[in-house]
Amino acid sequence: MQQILPLHSDEDVVRLRKQVRDSMVAMGFGLIEQTKIITAASELARNTLRYGGGGAARIARVSDGARQGLELRFVDAGPGIDDIALALTDGYTSGGGLGLGLGGAKRLADAFHIDTAPGAGTTVTIAKWKLF
Amino acid sequence: MERIPILRMGRLLLVTIQVDMHDRLAMTLQDDLSTRIVTDRATGVLIDISALDIVDSFIGRMISNTAAMAKILDARTVVVGMQPAVAITLVELGLTLEGVSTALNVERGIKLLEWGGA
Repeated sequence: MQQILPLHSDEDVVRLRKQVRDSMVAMGFGLIEQTKIITAASELARNTLRYGGGGAARIARVSDGARQGLELRFVDAGPGIDDIALALTDGYTSGGGLGLGLGGAKRLADAFHIDTAPGAGTTVTIAKWKLF
Repeated sequence: MERIPILRMGRLLLVTIQVDMHDRLAMTLQDDLSTRIVTDRATGVLIDISALDIVDSFIGRMISNTAAMAKILDARTVVVGMQPAVAITLVELGLTLEGVSTALNVERGIKLLEWGGA
């Protein structure tokens, strides 16, 4: 099961948050886990929009055999990130934000992966696992 | 254009955010509030976020900026009604809401603004 949502406007970010909530509720995640992942999704969707020039998000149910989880992937074809370690530093921003987006999303999720290179766009994947 | 209503109660301004905020809406609210503090000669601003499911870094920055501007305009800001899950998430996100006073609900927020402290 997966869904792909476009991220080209503020309203798309709101729609994505709602869709992530619906998916998490359907999987039986608790309120605090929902809130954390929706917040992380909001940060990453904004990055896609602001820094990546727009893109798309994929919401997917995943399993590693023992556990089930919700995976969110944010893809843009923007300028990419030069220095990932710097971009993950709290307080560092290249665009007038608070610089909590990437690092904050990483802390709020169970899994975090970033794939980027200058000129090659950015893909950020996060996941929340559900323990049964 | 979509706007969040600002209510006046004596020298206080009350904002109850009841929609899922997108970034432009947050910026408009920040501008509207600073204007209204001056035109209404307000001494306090209450921002009720009890209906907000999430507060991300952008909304957090809007709240902090509003509080900072209000302070310069001689008004104090109290954020009320934050849901526990939102508070937990904010801490993990690393957002400190510096310079912003908080209260459990509108009633306590009004007391805080009327009786000082904060």
